[in-house]
Amino acid sequence: MNAKAIAAWGIAAAVLVALAFAPSYLGPYGIGLMIGIAGYVTLATAWALFSGPTRYVSLATVAFFGIGAYTVAVLSESLPYPLVLLAAAAIGLVVALVVGLSTLRLAGVYFVIFTFGLAELIRQLVTWYEVNVTGTLGRYIFLDLGPEDIYWQLLALAAVTLLLAWWIGRSRIGLALKVIGDDEVVAAHCGIDIARVKLALFALSAVIITLVGAIQAPRWTYVEPAIVFNPTISFLTLIMALLGGANRLWGPLLGAVPLFLLFEWLSANFPNHYSIILGLLFIAIVFVLPKGVLAFTEKLWKRGRAR
Amino acid sequence: MTLFKRRHVLQTLGLGLATLAACGLTVASAEDRKSVRIGYAVSKTGPNAGGAGITTIPNYVLWVKDVNDAGGLELPDGSKLPIEVVEYDDRSSAEEVVRAVERLATQDKVDFMLVPWGTGFNLAVAPLFDRFGYPQLAVSAVTDKAPEFVKRWKKSFWLLGGGHDYARALAAVLVEANKAGTINNKVAMISIADGFGIDLVTAARPAFKEAGLEVAYDKTYPIGTSDFTPLINEAKASGADTFVAFSYPPDTFALTQQSQVTAFNPKVLYLGVGTGFPVYFKNNGENATGIMSLGGIDPNNQENAAYRKRHEEVTGQGPDYWGSVITYASLQMLQEAIKRKGLDREAVSEELSTGTFNTVLGETKLEDNQLRQLWWTGQWQNGQFVGVAPANRPGASKVVLPRQPWKAQ
Amino acid sequence: MIVTAILAGLVLGGTYALIAMGLTLQYGIARIMNLAYGDMIITAAFLAFALYSGAGINPLIGLAIAAPAGFILGYAVYALMMHPLVARAKDRVSLETDSILATFGLLFVIQGVLFVIFGGNYTSYSYLNVPVTILGTNIAANRLLAFVLAVVIGGLLYLALTRTRWGTALRAVAVSPSSAALVGIDVDRQARFAFALGGALAACGGVVISMYQTFTAASGVVFTMKALIVVIMGGVGNVLGALSAGLILGLVETFVATYLDPGLTLAATYLIFLVILLWRPSGLFGRSAR
Repeated sequence: MNAKAIAAWGIAAAVLVALAFAPSYLGPYGIGLMIGIAGYVTLATAWALFSGPTRYVSLATVAFFGIGAYTVAVLSESLPYPLVLLAAAAIGLVVALVVGLSTLRLAGVYFVIFTFGLAELIRQLVTWYEVNVTGTLGRYIFLDLGPEDIYWQLLALAAVTLLLAWWIGRSRIGLALKVIGDDEVVAAHCGIDIARVKLALFALSAVIITLVGAIQAPRWTYVEPAIVFNPTISFLTLIMALLGGANRLWGPLLGAVPLFLLFEWLSANFPNHYSIILGLLFIAIVFVLPKGVLAFTEKLWKRGRAR
Repeated sequence: MTLFKRRHVLQTLGLGLATLAACGLTVASAEDRKSVRIGYAVSKTGPNAGGAGITTIPNYVLWVKDVNDAGGLELPDGSKLPIEVVEYDDRSSAEEVVRAVERLATQDKVDFMLVPWGTGFNLAVAPLFDRFGYPQLAVSAVTDKAPEFVKRWKKSFWLLGGGHDYARALAAVLVEANKAGTINNKVAMISIADGFGIDLVTAARPAFKEAGLEVAYDKTYPIGTSDFTPLINEAKASGADTFVAFSYPPDTFALTQQSQVTAFNPKVLYLGVGTGFPVYFKNNGENATGIMSLGGIDPNNQENAAYRKRHEEVTGQGPDYWGSVITYASLQMLQEAIKRKGLDREAVSEELSTGTFNTVLGETKLEDNQLRQLWWTGQWQNGQFVGVAPANRPGASKVVLPRQPWKAQ
Repeated sequence: MIVTAILAGLVLGGTYALIAMGLTLQYGIARIMNLAYGDMIITAAFLAFALYSGAGINPLIGLAIAAPAGFILGYAVYALMMHPLVARAKDRVSLETDSILATFGLLFVIQGVLFVIFGGNYTSYSYLNVPVTILGTNIAANRLLAFVLAVVIGGLLYLALTRTRWGTALRAVAVSPSSAALVGIDVDRQARFAFALGGALAACGGVVISMYQTFTAASGVVFTMKALIVVIMGGVGNVLGALSAGLILGLVETFVATYLDPGLTLAATYLIFLVILLWRPSGLFGRSAR
């Protein structure tokens, strides 16, 4: 490990520590913001973990997010909290494996729509189950978790996700993924087990997303399918990751943080024209960066590094 | 690294971090105040906007205008301060509404907060109202657990009753009509697979059974259903004289239209949210007569009539016949409590809980932090949606059954 | 009972097919994944509502106003927004990403404008809500109109695409824009036309739907998704596929509601959709290679 790498690790660790102490110098609203940021950074990074290298654009984010939140809502009364999180992760994993096995042969836009359909299907099934089997729709989560606890959990998860993404990028599997992303046929000829690699990544990404949902759920007290399976979450995650650059380790983070703050700023200052301004901004982003969003991030990235 | 990057990107995108920081700093300093800050986050956009746009937002606008036109909110010393509104759009997202309320309480430091629209969102923000010490006058939240919530969050107030109240009242109306020989004892019932529909239908099943009514058809349909022909046909085939739908506005409208087309003429037609919207009468005219739903008004209450007129003048649309008037009444209660106790939120909460208020509903008093003087069942009669149950409440209209078959429009 | 269910299903499916055909043109031929498609539908619905309730103009005449307006809007959107994206796109993937982002922005703009003009309220009016009796079953005239319109438009488009020179050029653009240019087809012009035509169809759908369905400024997404499902099921760019997929979806929903459980209609929709995708990844009528 050279000096530069050690310095980078040192800075990363310092930033993490500084962020961990955020609740002591930020007010409740600041923590709320940080929860949102940490949540979306994790979602976008986890999304990019799978979708970046494979170029499979997934809209299933909210399916897993919702599964996580619902698991907490169902189990929070009967199991200790850490076990609830474990259970959520396990359920997310199982669903991801089942879905992954059946869908990863789809390509392009078919996969996009399939994942969207999946999110809706799960939402419909949960609704139907709740209505017909348990006879209630909303569920209450009365866990004794303050915003700080939620923030710390999300921060830790974000750090772990970034670490995983970093590690995967350097490992053999990361290399294999790059080949798959460039050309599946070549990858197959190199002896890469495409299906296994893709499945593993999809499952990992799904488990992390499930955990984000599980950790955030106690913040809402009341959970119902319309709340936790809100398709906006999938779209925002996608936009953030794409904006930042899904192929870079820090790309999703660079997309999520400014976009999240932008959303927040717009909704605080322009409650009535929020969506018009947001829409125009989106269009502007696509146009003002004529070489595509990815290239712009690349440039930014290089400039950031040069300093 | 992260913090540095974030700022860098913000500058590059020209978003003005300075502005962002400034928002945090420009929070009112409390000395010699010139206004009372009232804040709210409500769904202006997204799927919930349809509900918020009729029951909640227009009443907030109307109330603020009414108060400010009269010189402002009166305080115990007789002085008046105008209302300054801080409003946010929660975009129908639970996370958004939670953060907006945090922002209102800690950044904008508003004096009082008004509630968002919907049962789920009122529950989502209840712990925050409680933690930051704001009274929560939850209007558009139908829940049977209100007594529990009041224990958990002392400053929460639940004003629209619970599913059981509405179901029992309806059962009583049906039993009465059955005894009179107007209808048979069979009920066909459908409900939307969402909080409201499920709450009501789970309350209705035992209530109907207890009342000796037989539920001949009982199905739930998902949000977004646009074609009700299969359900209507099944309900028709069930031989029930009563058709009950715990539905949302789009479904209520579609059910009305499709029942006409399929010549489905149950003697009792009870539909859910949307029946009490002014547009319902506009679209259906005479055919609305006899249709029942939740809510209602006392047609002879002059205060209420004046309110309805003003609502239409100021906001350009009529209020609905269920939650609207309650929303406005809740604001009047808040206004009166502030007049009596000032801006001390603790004292105002106490006053809301124990005081008696004069509102558009007439004399209003909460019991165990809940409003119980409500119209559980209403019916369209002579172009107004009037309250018919509880039948012994002063101002109740007499229910008219059976409803006439559809007329060709 | 079964006749009733089939008829109701077909009529419902007609609505789905009607809203999907424009998207299949836009996505299949102009290669623009238009996420704002549903909002164009809703815009037309609001237009019809405003004309009807404001100026007393019959929605059928509204149809004649909205369709050209939709065409012009689609034309303008393509020329101003999409053309630069298409021109600079290196490959299909980057065009897809760009168009998703740009039309996502457009979606917000349209929605925001509708919110500012019309507010967030439920909007509905009723027109042609009279029964038409077919095989002893009453069907609403307005829904029947949607079905007839879908079949007629679908049939005409199919004939135009397969039997005319112009249609052949359009299909050539759909199959391979680069090769189409080589044989002297003005790809940009064809794509613009296809996109504009898609806009006109969206407007037709919007006007017809507004006669019987309640809508809000936020309901665009619902229509986009429904249309997308139908398009994918039927095979991208395939008009007949969209028509059949729409009808199948309507039948499935009605049969599930009648014989199984109304609560499962939407779940069944997505299930059928997923099964078809897995069984035939390019859609019912799609080409096997993408």
